Amino acid sequence: MAEIADDGGGHKKGGKKRAKKQSTKIDMTPMVDLGFLLLTFFVLTSTFSKPKSMEISFPAPPPKDDKPVEVKNGLNIILTKDHKIFYYKGQYNAPGNAQGKPATELTETTFSPEGLHKIILEMNSYAHDEITKLENKVKNKQLADSTFKRLAMEAKGDKRSLTALIKTDDKATYKDVIDVVDELNVCMVGKYVIIDMSAPEFALLTEKIK
Amino acid sequence: MSKVKVSKGGAPSLDMTPMVDLAFLLVTFFMLTASFRMAEPVTVDPPSSHADKTLPDNTILVSIDHDGRPFFGVSNAEAKVATLMKMSGKYKVSFSEAQIKKFGGMSSFGVDIKNLPKYIDASEGERQKFKTQGVPNDSLRDPQLSDWIRFAAQETNGIYIRERDKAKEQGKDFVGEKVRYAIKADATTKYISVKSVLKTFTDMKIYRFNLITSLEGGGSKPTETK
Repeated sequence: MAEIADDGGGHKKGGKKRAKKQSTKIDMTPMVDLGFLLLTFFVLTSTFSKPKSMEISFPAPPPKDDKPVEVKNGLNIILTKDHKIFYYKGQYNAPGNAQGKPATELTETTFSPEGLHKIILEMNSYAHDEITKLENKVKNKQLADSTFKRLAMEAKGDKRSLTALIKTDDKATYKDVIDVVDELNVCMVGKYVIIDMSAPEFALLTEKIK
Repeated sequence: MSKVKVSKGGAPSLDMTPMVDLAFLLVTFFMLTASFRMAEPVTVDPPSSHADKTLPDNTILVSIDHDGRPFFGVSNAEAKVATLMKMSGKYKVSFSEAQIKKFGGMSSFGVDIKNLPKYIDASEGERQKFKTQGVPNDSLRDPQLSDWIRFAAQETNGIYIRERDKAKEQGKDFVGEKVRYAIKADATTKYISVKSVLKTFTDMKIYRFNLITSLEGGGSKPTETK
């Protein structure tokens, strides 16, 4: 180990008696010990990255006399127990409705890339393609970042892009909701909302998972 | 310098200086960058997502554990203490000077305000075992969570405005952030419990949240299936 070196300046043979020359070397071992102790402590206790978060806005409750708006190019995603996931497109149509539209049916899908991701991407192809085009332009330096942000927002808000409605029953887990929201974010869907299920939808769901 | 000296007979000595330099460099680095994670009263394992925004510093946090119990925390210690004073006034629970001081350094908590003095006095280990139903969140009978949030929002905003005005007076650039509302729920929590907490917020006309998630492994974008 590092030791105080033997002092080199001893008595010279036959020389004059000099003051003992002190060694300038210090034993570093305790300092190293302390240094590494602290190092270990900080490595183990420090958290490198701050947690990541997902920004989301929830809708304000609509005024009482508000008429239900018709959602264009809408996708209803319904979550329930056991990570099951159902969807239907467009508006809810009751069986035997006045407009003569076919009654709404729920289709089951999965969280796999072949399932929900594909459906969302298909329905949101307008916004997705637009934004990809814009991204390429930014890459080629044809577009400023701020302009890109504005145009991307516009594409997401366009009528042709998807509006997603996420509905859950009492048994759905938080993870499923986050997974769906994340999928929507990845597929560049700008218009999505988490809302309550309507009674006929709930009846349809109970029928399905019976 | 760095040669291993093999002194005749004696133990070989090694020059430790570079090693010490390195060790202390690293120590300094970790000391300066470290932000300590406070011991949470419960483990909340958030779901993963591709969101890569870091959580803002100034937050009012509600954690929801696996059983749906809400826990409340404020990142700004000054606002936290002021919130406690207001809550103590409203719910007629008194806190000692020491308890208030201790509360400022605490992370989130999930107890009824009546049990809060006892909870603050408890040691870290005892807190883990504290039997609790979370912060009571009953909008009609016992709206404690809603009160905590409301007072904390008032206090943090007050501090924000004070600091901004102070900076303006002194002609400095103001770097503070407005308070954000963060929600950290366990992946296995039923969404209905998250919803009831969200409802508490939306009833107060707070609609924007930061949902805390852990970063999903792999690249920032999943593979395209097209």
